[in-house]
Amino acid sequence: MNSVSRSHWGVNALALFIGLFLFVFLIVPVVKVVFVAFQDPNTGALTLINFVDFFNTTLFQESFFNSLYVASMSVLLATIISVPLAYFTTRFNFGGAVLIQTLGIVPLIMPPFVGAVAMLLLFGENGSVNLLVDEWFGFTIPFMQGLNGVILVESIHYFPFILINLSAALLNIDRSMEESAQNLGASGTRLFRRIVFPLAMPGYVAGASLVFLKVFDDLGTPLLLNINNMLAPQAFLRISSIGISDPMGYVISVILVAFSLFSLWVSFLALKDKDYSTVQKGGGGLMKRDLRTWEKIGCYAVIILILVMVLSPHLGLGLLSFGTIWSYSVLPDAFTFAHYDNMFRTAGQYISNTLLYAGLAAFIDIILGTAIAYLVLRTGVVGRKWLDYIAMGAVAVPGVVLGIGYLRTFVEFNVPIVDKPLASWWVIIVIALAIRRLPYALRACMAALQQVNVMLEEAAETLGATKSRTVRRVVVPLMTGGILAGFVISFATASVELSATIMLVNAESDAPLAFGIYEFMQQAAGRGPGAALGIVAVLIVGIATYISHRVIQRTEKRRNAGQIVVTEGAGAGAAK
Amino acid sequence: MIKVNLALAGSVLAIGAIMAPMQAMAAEKLVIVTSYPTDTTITVGKAFTKATGIQVEMLRKKTTAGIKYLQATAANNTSDMFWASAPDAFEVLKDDDLLVKYTVKVKGIPEKVGSFPIHDPEGYYKGFAASGYGFMWNKRYLKAKKLPVPKSWADLTKPIYHGHVGMSAPSRSGTTHLTVETLLQGMGWEKGWALMKGIAGNFKTVTARSFGVPDGVNSGQFGIGIVIDFFGLSSKASGFPVDFLYPKITTLVPANIAIVKNAPSPKKAAAFIEYLLSTEGQEILLDPKIRRLPVNPMTYAKAPAGFPNPFKDKSIGAAVKFDLNLSKGRYNVINSLFDVMITYRLDDLRAATKAIQAAEAKAKGNAGAMKLIAQAKALVSKVPINAGKASEKSFNGIFKKKRKKASVKVTGRQAEFEQAWDTEIKANYAKAKELVNKANSMY
Repeated sequence: MNSVSRSHWGVNALALFIGLFLFVFLIVPVVKVVFVAFQDPNTGALTLINFVDFFNTTLFQESFFNSLYVASMSVLLATIISVPLAYFTTRFNFGGAVLIQTLGIVPLIMPPFVGAVAMLLLFGENGSVNLLVDEWFGFTIPFMQGLNGVILVESIHYFPFILINLSAALLNIDRSMEESAQNLGASGTRLFRRIVFPLAMPGYVAGASLVFLKVFDDLGTPLLLNINNMLAPQAFLRISSIGISDPMGYVISVILVAFSLFSLWVSFLALKDKDYSTVQKGGGGLMKRDLRTWEKIGCYAVIILILVMVLSPHLGLGLLSFGTIWSYSVLPDAFTFAHYDNMFRTAGQYISNTLLYAGLAAFIDIILGTAIAYLVLRTGVVGRKWLDYIAMGAVAVPGVVLGIGYLRTFVEFNVPIVDKPLASWWVIIVIALAIRRLPYALRACMAALQQVNVMLEEAAETLGATKSRTVRRVVVPLMTGGILAGFVISFATASVELSATIMLVNAESDAPLAFGIYEFMQQAAGRGPGAALGIVAVLIVGIATYISHRVIQRTEKRRNAGQIVVTEGAGAGAAK
Repeated sequence: MIKVNLALAGSVLAIGAIMAPMQAMAAEKLVIVTSYPTDTTITVGKAFTKATGIQVEMLRKKTTAGIKYLQATAANNTSDMFWASAPDAFEVLKDDDLLVKYTVKVKGIPEKVGSFPIHDPEGYYKGFAASGYGFMWNKRYLKAKKLPVPKSWADLTKPIYHGHVGMSAPSRSGTTHLTVETLLQGMGWEKGWALMKGIAGNFKTVTARSFGVPDGVNSGQFGIGIVIDFFGLSSKASGFPVDFLYPKITTLVPANIAIVKNAPSPKKAAAFIEYLLSTEGQEILLDPKIRRLPVNPMTYAKAPAGFPNPFKDKSIGAAVKFDLNLSKGRYNVINSLFDVMITYRLDDLRAATKAIQAAEAKAKGNAGAMKLIAQAKALVSKVPINAGKASEKSFNGIFKKKRKKASVKVTGRQAEFEQAWDTEIKANYAKAKELVNKANSMY
């Protein structure tokens, strides 16, 4: 990249400011957590004894292997779900491809623990499906038994990461490669196996590693399914039951972070030393192929089966929100609107809090994302790459760890004016969400800036525009699509986040949606209203996503980019 | 531009701060740290505001987190009251000198409920409701699986209930802790653990949250749940096909409220206590979403039919005289033992129990086989330490997670002990299975 190396105090100050923000709100809290893991629980001296204890404890060994098993199996199942969806909709003439792609993203905008509640009612040992199967055939299927349940719920929730990245990668492949293969006689699965999939590998690995990380770190789902023998629940249970100074919880946190970084590194290695670039990007070349009738029927059958499965949490949640009593029966006893009525009377502030928190967090994210992208790609500021690495590192920090870190770091820091500890002020939730979602927005902004040719800026400057004017009038407008995509994905995922916020919410009046749903679900009469709130959450995020989707589409149309824009932006957001 | 954006972000943040709900007015409100679900806090809070005009802000925290919060903020206290179930939590705060004494003005509250004094004899915390422990069951589930309704704790150890019972862990929930402690105090250390493990051998799951138990019974994931009474009663009142029963060995313990030391508005806090104990306040406890046992005996006249009344039905909670100090002295050790022996070894425990139950059914009359099975049972119910050790002060210190000064020498770490116990327990469960196999081969 032809970087503009004119040193500029403004740019340096900006880099310093961002660095400071990341240092205070990401590095310090994580280091605080890490530090406790190396302290002797009795004396406070530095020691490795806690790690020795960890590796000597059978329970923790089991938890580690269970987490590893669940994460790997979830990646496998998520792959099985997303490969047909991505391949069929990007390669063949297919009615409703956009609809399928959109529905494919829907699972991401529901908190996974809410999905778990609905899945238990549908697929649990005494859920709808098993009650029917038992009645007809006299046996039950252990969908949700033990680790199976976690794998099922997680892969249904997180497969969109693979779908988004894989679709983007498939759209970007030079179609002439496939054409040549077809001319040479390859077709069907052989074409897919030997040519298409290998070329789409970077996208797939990006998505798969994200799924692996997310599942490995997820707390809410195993907790709700009462699975204790996994790492994230162990960390949470140890710290919440034994206390904030129990060292084992922190050791587990360190292991979670280290292993997440390790898997990122492995996925990076997997792609190294191979050239995936193709001369031409998507677009031209091969037209979408037609399917023979029976093939088409087969494909539709597969897709419908998959969609029914991935949308079943929403179906279950919908039934729960309209049902009166749903207990040991295939369907609720009767239907009612009472839960919505109940929910709207009490839950208004959850909704407004979520819009405020997720909106602010996503806003902070795109500002930081744009700024970091600009610093990295267009300036010569010392250590600019590190800003990128550190910001991306947030993806490897589990929400629990960040939450615990914030509690430890900011509990003694009193905010002036409001006069309460920063750790219990609502702004800390916004910051936590912003840090947690920064990697998504950052990748989207990076990708957007990469697509803007530096010559346009040089032209502007040659014509006499100042640096800031160029950024304002040329760079940012050209990046709009990517920035918006970053905003959407940050906003959508931040509004359903629970793992960090559950540690940081201090008063009912400060609680966001996901927390509200969790609270509702903790009382006998609250399951219905909780489900209703869940449906509202899905609708709000869905509508917000759709609106920005349309805005992006309009701006992108002029440049005639890909067909599924959120997909592309988000794909770029997660890629690398 | 970027600077402009940052400035914008700053101003958005600033506006957000101004709009921040509640913050500015926090000083005028009555601030209550509580472990109760929103159904309780909102219903009671609204009624109180209506009656007195005092605004309330509830800080919802798990009991243990609430204690830590009050300890951490003691120097700059902003909370007025602590409102939770477990009396042991209030004992901890009292010991830390974080509560103030208060004398209730309302008349008509008796001295005791069950065998427990309603108000703290030293005058620091006040009982406003009573809670007992028992089990709830899903009627549809029991009917479909053709199971009888259990009547006592011992019933739950029977083979027919294998895989149908759910409970939370004492480390997860203060109320579950009281249940386990009640069993141990009511039956003695050895017998209590044997019974507990007998029931645990029939567990379907150990839930990570205390509400996971009523939730599982309500939705039919398992048939029977060991719960605090109001979970069962409120589920029933919400329309679920469930019911609740107090077994004979249970204890009624008051749920409490207290005024925090250096409270910003102690007068409003006093008004809240008086309101909770007033006729009107006590009646709110009968609300279908709350369903807790009032401490004013007169209130039961307004209760729905079949609502348990401990002041009339003397069988509830009278059998066990709960010793708070004993419970306090071994709190963390009990949590840890339960988790090591049951929560995290549930699969092994279940397998051993299943094998024993199956062999027992077959071995009737075969003395040799019965003897082996009895040995197996003894192995399963074995506890790594005895009651004396569990209450030893220095031993408990290892499980209390307050870091000592570097000069204080403490030997042993919790993780070390837990691993040693785990090895022993796992071996015991495996050996029990072996013995049963041997018994099976005798005929």
